[in-house]
Amino acid sequence: MDKNSNAYTFIFAILMVLVVAAGLSLVATSLQPMQAENVRQEKMQDILKTIGVETDRAGAEELFDKYITEQLSLDHEGNVKEDVSAFQVNLARELKKPIEEQSLPIYVADYEGANYYIVPLRGKGLWDAIWGYVALKDDINTIVGVTFDHKGETAGLGAEITTTWFQEQFKDEKVFNENGDLVGVIVEKGYKNPTKGDNKVDYISGATITGDGVTDMIKERLSRYLPYFNAKKDAGLEVAIR
Amino acid sequence: MMKTENNIETEKTSEVSKKKEMIMFLSGSEEKEHFLSKANRKLLTDPLDDNNPITVQVLGICSALAITVQLKPAIVMSLAVVFVMAFSNMIISILRNSIPSRIRIIVQLVVVATMVILVDQILKAFAYDVSKQLSIFIGLIITNCIIMGRLEAFALGNGIYKSFLDGVGNAAGYGLILIIVAFFRELFGSGTLLGYEVIPEAVYAAGYEDNGFFLLSPMALVVVGVVIWVQRSRNRKLIEEN
Repeated sequence: MDKNSNAYTFIFAILMVLVVAAGLSLVATSLQPMQAENVRQEKMQDILKTIGVETDRAGAEELFDKYITEQLSLDHEGNVKEDVSAFQVNLARELKKPIEEQSLPIYVADYEGANYYIVPLRGKGLWDAIWGYVALKDDINTIVGVTFDHKGETAGLGAEITTTWFQEQFKDEKVFNENGDLVGVIVEKGYKNPTKGDNKVDYISGATITGDGVTDMIKERLSRYLPYFNAKKDAGLEVAIR
Repeated sequence: MMKTENNIETEKTSEVSKKKEMIMFLSGSEEKEHFLSKANRKLLTDPLDDNNPITVQVLGICSALAITVQLKPAIVMSLAVVFVMAFSNMIISILRNSIPSRIRIIVQLVVVATMVILVDQILKAFAYDVSKQLSIFIGLIITNCIIMGRLEAFALGNGIYKSFLDGVGNAAGYGLILIIVAFFRELFGSGTLLGYEVIPEAVYAAGYEDNGFFLLSPMALVVVGVVIWVQRSRNRKLIEEN
């Protein structure tokens, strides 16, 4: 057959596309369960890390079942949605919905006798999505730990939000200011005095926009949980008064 | 009697010609060569120095900027490029006599993209942490012009084994420069190598500071420039006449 004829070219192209498509979908579907398992275990690992439980990916599930006592999905008024599994909630998809329809997942952990509230975060970095978890102490104000991750921030700059030194700064930082307003934690450029409790941490040089993304993400996400937090705080007060 | 002898004779010649065809197909030249003959060795070593894709041909500069902030991603990226380049070179070489020339660039793209997706999927399933480190850069191998360049300039006209060597050699030449640049950028930019602190505390105490400029892309160009300078002063035949 003439290799320069149109017919040959078309047949070649069609065959090539079929072979490649079949091959790749075979590989993708056969590897998919392993990939999904990796992602699931990593999610558990990330959640545990915020309350100070370090584990490898393989051991994450066991510890997760042990320490995470409640997994709740809330609506925007702070009521628990019984029919939605918190762990299955895809935050990327939820954020596209109006707030009235969003499911807000929250994890309650009981680790070494203390209660923690772990809130999943998701926002925008410089190039693409950033996400993470923030764990609050029982007072719903002090941060115990955070983890951050990203899709496509620049290695060595924005991607540094995944490093320990950056995340360590958030420890013992407060998310409410002295007047009781939610301010989150502000990643501030040129922040020089590492005092705890002033709602501020230092930024990464060269990654101002990713840092702003972190600031916005923490404040936006936590503000959605305010009805639930307020209810919890009121309940706590009542117990104290009694 | 005569007849059978003749038959044997023709059988022999057809066997010889078959063997010759096979050699032609595999190595692209008529003579049977030793697997690591001088010419074949040259295919491997030439791209490391005299014909380096980055410093001599000035290809693949964009990825050399993007992933050389730290040493580890640079090393994994180099390995991924070796794999993709060696195998796409081989595949194109196998198909070289049947690819319609009018759509050959598209065919090359499809082959490279397939390889890259394979690498990405396999890493996600079996080396999840490495795959996370490289994030978007694995996908960007598709746009690496060195790969397309070698397919077009070499694999389309040469045998499978030679194409394999050429792929490995050029990817190694690319990786070598990547690793050299990443070494200096991580050392001077972050004071670490492969994530370990290498600059002693005493040096910092004496007033030394990490040079943040090394983490930004322009510095990659400067380092590549210095590498070219050093290479040319060592290897005089690279210097142009005028």
